[in-house]
Amino acid sequence: MAKQPKSTMSRALVRRETISGYLFLLPSLIFFVGFVIIPMFTCIFYSLTDVNMNTQGMGNFIGLKNFTSLWADDTFKEALWNTFVIVIVSVPTVCAFSLWVSSAIYKLNGKLLSAFRCIFYLPVVTGSVAVTVVWKWMYDNYTGIFNYALKGLGVIDKNINWLGDPKYALGCIILILFTTSVGQPIVLYVSALGNVDQSLVEAAQVDGATNMQVFWNIKWPQMMPTTLYILVITTINSFQCFALIQLLTQGGSGTNTVMYYIYYTAFKLTEKAGHFGYANAMGVILAIFIGLLSALQFRLAKEK
Amino acid sequence: MKITSNRTKAYRILSLIVLILLAVAFTFPLYWIVTGAFKTGQDIYATTPHLWPTEWTMSNFDKLFSRRSAPLFEIGTLVGPTVPGVIRWLVNTVFMSVMAMILTCLTAAMAGYALAKKRFIGRTLLFSLIVCAMALPKQVILIPLLREMSALHLWDSLWAVIFPTVGWPFGVFLMKQFAEGIPGEILEAARVDGAGEIRTFATIVLPMVKPGVGALAIFTFINSWNDYFMQLVMLASNANYTISLGIATMQAETSVDLGLLMSGAALAAVPIIIVFLIFQKYFTQGITMGAVKG
Repeated sequence: MAKQPKSTMSRALVRRETISGYLFLLPSLIFFVGFVIIPMFTCIFYSLTDVNMNTQGMGNFIGLKNFTSLWADDTFKEALWNTFVIVIVSVPTVCAFSLWVSSAIYKLNGKLLSAFRCIFYLPVVTGSVAVTVVWKWMYDNYTGIFNYALKGLGVIDKNINWLGDPKYALGCIILILFTTSVGQPIVLYVSALGNVDQSLVEAAQVDGATNMQVFWNIKWPQMMPTTLYILVITTINSFQCFALIQLLTQGGSGTNTVMYYIYYTAFKLTEKAGHFGYANAMGVILAIFIGLLSALQFRLAKEK
Repeated sequence: MKITSNRTKAYRILSLIVLILLAVAFTFPLYWIVTGAFKTGQDIYATTPHLWPTEWTMSNFDKLFSRRSAPLFEIGTLVGPTVPGVIRWLVNTVFMSVMAMILTCLTAAMAGYALAKKRFIGRTLLFSLIVCAMALPKQVILIPLLREMSALHLWDSLWAVIFPTVGWPFGVFLMKQFAEGIPGEILEAARVDGAGEIRTFATIVLPMVKPGVGALAIFTFINSWNDYFMQLVMLASNANYTISLGIATMQAETSVDLGLLMSGAALAAVPIIIVFLIFQKYFTQGITMGAVKG
């Protein structure tokens, strides 16, 4: 008997909380559902149809045909391969580099630390278009500073057409991507290093541990969640590399990526122009790869 | 003992030198943009690059400002005075970034509070949906989004860029982290005192998550300013361009006029860098909070 009113009260409370909760969520949900969730599901649906630029409605259902044609599409395979190269090269280097920079700067005094942090963040803030435009000039065959400097140093003896040569183009793009990717990881690592439990560090030092030992046995495990987050965001960022490709090579010189190929298929005037269904199938594959990689990274980090 | 400390010292000096060299390398592109904007054609196309302009010139900016002109703004039938196209692009970019910022902060602060402090049905499901969506590259949903925008008659308007930015769940996620720091007793006390939901939110929750709102505001502003891909896909007419998109199009049109491009790039980059430097404290905080429990 005594319990009865209490349980109705809590049910009323739950209802009240649910209503007010959703009222607070409503404005955000309108945008989230309308411009993220609905397009997300439409994307999966489109990938199973032949919808194109001129289709008014949903197009015809064609099952997995888009995916089987992708499997036979050599350009797509090349794009997928290049995307993997970018991710596999840039993710570990970004992580290692930002870890080193952070451990070198986190003990500096406040002003110097924030100056360094800002400088490494600068390429991100500058914006992909401005960054790309200036790097294009720096890589230029005749007036670029790279050819000039490397010739001056005696590294090369003839001007190199950096962005036009399939041997170098992808590497050049990865280098720019690298400079625009390390900013955020450095900020994160600096704060993670600052949050390491100092008593453990001191205890280890008393026991005679070297700096290296302290780093790998005490600081590194404590920074694992940060490392994981950095791995995931860097992976996503590398997959998303688009502006660099579009503005520098337009997918030429062996630099086509999935992201660019989606754009190209959907909007460029080619024989595949406006094949939205086909482009969406690539989007789905890309999303699956990113999901798998993120899950893998979580697993690896958990095991450690 | 002596040897190790000497070694540590040597390592420290060496790493400081490397850091300084890296810092120079990381600032160089920006330096090259800004000086390039003031260089004469002769300096720019010299096969021996001039690290410092031999002669400072405004001619690149003159060219930039004499390009196609547009009204300063168009709101319904109200049309502003005619200005150079780039000024209109800047106005568009500021409008877009400020709108995205305001809408994101408002909706995310409310939603983050609800997710952190209210126990409602479907909360866990919604939160996992938010986390999953965050890992999805925005570009993947581009085509459905594009068709949706044209169906809503928003395509080729700045709103088509603003709305998806607001919908991106990172803000909600970030604000949830901040709202979790609010002690439940304070909210309980407000309820006991008879404060309504809206009053509790405005007088207790908002002031407590203010650092979070600041972080999110600056984060959204900068990201939206630089979100080239969305702008490229959603905006079509010259008068609706943002500064990034305008510069990118200029590059395609006049791929050889580097001086003009550098002046445009400087105009796009310098304002946002100034904003960043002023608010960088909040910015750093925001990035860090987003990662906790990430």
